[in-house]
Amino acid sequence: MPRPFTPKVITANALLEGDVVYFTAQDTWSREMCEAEVMEDEAHADARLIEASRQQNVIVGAYLADVKPGEQGPEPTHFREDFRRTGPSNYFHGKQAEVL
Amino acid sequence: MYRYNDFDDAFLAQRNAQFRAQVERRISGALTEDEFKPLRLMNGLYLQLHAYMLRVAIPYGTLSSDQMRQLALVADKWDKGYGHFTTRQNIQYNWPKLPDVPDILDSLAEVNLHAIQTSGNTIRNVTADHFAGAAADEIADPRPVAELIRQWSTDHPEFQFLPRKFKIAITGSPNDRAVTRAHDIGLRMVERDGKAGYEVIVGGGLGRTPVVGKVIKDFLPQADLLPYLEAIVSVYNTLGRRDNKYKARIKITVNENGLDEVRARVDERFAAIRPLFAGVDQEMLKAIEAHFAAPEFVSKDVAPYDVAYANDPVFRAWADTNLSAHKADGYAIASISIKAHGQTPGDATSDQMRVMADLAEKYGHGELRISHEQNVILPHVHKADLPAIHAALKEAGLATANIGLISDIIACPGMDYCALATARSIPVAQEIAERFEELKLEHEIGPMKIKISGCINACGHHHVGHIGILGLDRAGVENYQITLGGDGTEDAVIGQRVGPGFAYDQVVAAIETIITTYLAQREDENETFLDAYRRLGPDPFKAALYPEAAKKNAA
Repeated sequence: MPRPFTPKVITANALLEGDVVYFTAQDTWSREMCEAEVMEDEAHADARLIEASRQQNVIVGAYLADVKPGEQGPEPTHFREDFRRTGPSNYFHGKQAEVL
Repeated sequence: MYRYNDFDDAFLAQRNAQFRAQVERRISGALTEDEFKPLRLMNGLYLQLHAYMLRVAIPYGTLSSDQMRQLALVADKWDKGYGHFTTRQNIQYNWPKLPDVPDILDSLAEVNLHAIQTSGNTIRNVTADHFAGAAADEIADPRPVAELIRQWSTDHPEFQFLPRKFKIAITGSPNDRAVTRAHDIGLRMVERDGKAGYEVIVGGGLGRTPVVGKVIKDFLPQADLLPYLEAIVSVYNTLGRRDNKYKARIKITVNENGLDEVRARVDERFAAIRPLFAGVDQEMLKAIEAHFAAPEFVSKDVAPYDVAYANDPVFRAWADTNLSAHKADGYAIASISIKAHGQTPGDATSDQMRVMADLAEKYGHGELRISHEQNVILPHVHKADLPAIHAALKEAGLATANIGLISDIIACPGMDYCALATARSIPVAQEIAERFEELKLEHEIGPMKIKISGCINACGHHHVGHIGILGLDRAGVENYQITLGGDGTEDAVIGQRVGPGFAYDQVVAAIETIITTYLAQREDENETFLDAYRRLGPDPFKAALYPEAAKKNAA
């Protein structure tokens, strides 16, 4: 039996600023993971990744990241994605400082 | 210090203009990321977890006051007001924006700094003993040769696409402070029969496969250096593996082919190219040497130092840990710790950079050094000026008396910044430093080098830490392996793993257990941790760290 598919979002870094962005259902890029399109189907996720990767003039290095449902939308399952979503732990810089 | 000539200025201006055009083409969409990436890496620009990162070379760790001020200006104008000094004598800016990078590079060029070949599969920034030109134990200043190597390796047409990155370190002192045995090529300046030359070490490196470098040539005459280096890198360029990134460094080439085979090929290549070096390189070296003439040392009364040392315990503690022996009478080498307890190892704010630049200008012949241990050094200060220097450092939060002690930790950026990291390093370093400050045990413990890497690539040199910590991702959770007994000096030793790893919230306690065990078992306070470990072996530390396993074995 194939392994169940873990829900995914598409994430990348913005070309100009380099910060973390997430692909939305409207084919735009959001700074916040909770606005990302969550994909429950593997074939759909792969197709969306190809579409997202076409936006070479906006982003760099799009990939699929595992998520789980949370109260305010998708949440990361791995600590690396949690850091990407938040910012570094030694200074109050990055997303944690900007989302206020 | 080396000052660019017209050729250097024109070369750098042209290179920066080239990169400016490449950035413009990337932004306009004319270049894809696949096309742009190798170009940006050649110019020191990475894309990390949260932002771009610009790595600027500080060649052989030497900076002038003006250069340090410019680094501060870049931090204020285009970054978040600080910079991170690395284990390879670079400075990294963690938050530059792509469209600003060409302006940053132009502003660095104004003070003879660049980011060329701080990344990519090229010969990287040449590192050197951070006490070069000042140390009492030095045979010769390695920096003129390091500058010659920098000029030779920069944009060297044969070596722009090596199988993998290539790192060279050089020391002019028998006491190796430049970790030469953990570099692709390590050079130690030696003398034989009154003639200057080099011991050439090859194939050292840390990372996934830690290897202590081997001596490929025990005495290389000075004039043969560049052709011999060119022969080594050339042999590596053809023989080095390109099929597997993890087997591509020269340490693997040497291990797979054997040192004798590599040496034979290098000798053959050397014989072929040596006649092409007609002596221009030695003329250039002579011209470079003139730039590194020692400052004019003065003679004055050291009474202010003696008075402060006798009467001010805070100054005395700082002097005892942060000063090193200088070659000139009445002078000292002052290390400025940028590792105040609880701070990020290697980070300096722009204000701190300016304070250090001003102190160097006022008291230190305008010179600063960056060490691979992520501290800043005033290499030439007169002892009479040390009380004033210490007072100014104290005001800027830079007077921490911990050089060579347990809180003088090397830590890579780790998962807080680095795209390659598998776990965090910085918070582990911060917590260890704070814990031992709280216990007031730091000076009691004595010489101790803790080195932390947030992934197997070992930028934090964990293999050569007396205590090494390696952060890994174990099934989606941070886990830390501890190694003991590593040594990065001339007697380089790779540390041995002590047992199963520890969870993030257990690491500090594990380090405390190791230290408590050492303090209980050392012969007396003169026996350092490393000496005690060499005498005792790992068993007492294992027993203390893993009491359950010890009980089981005993049963």
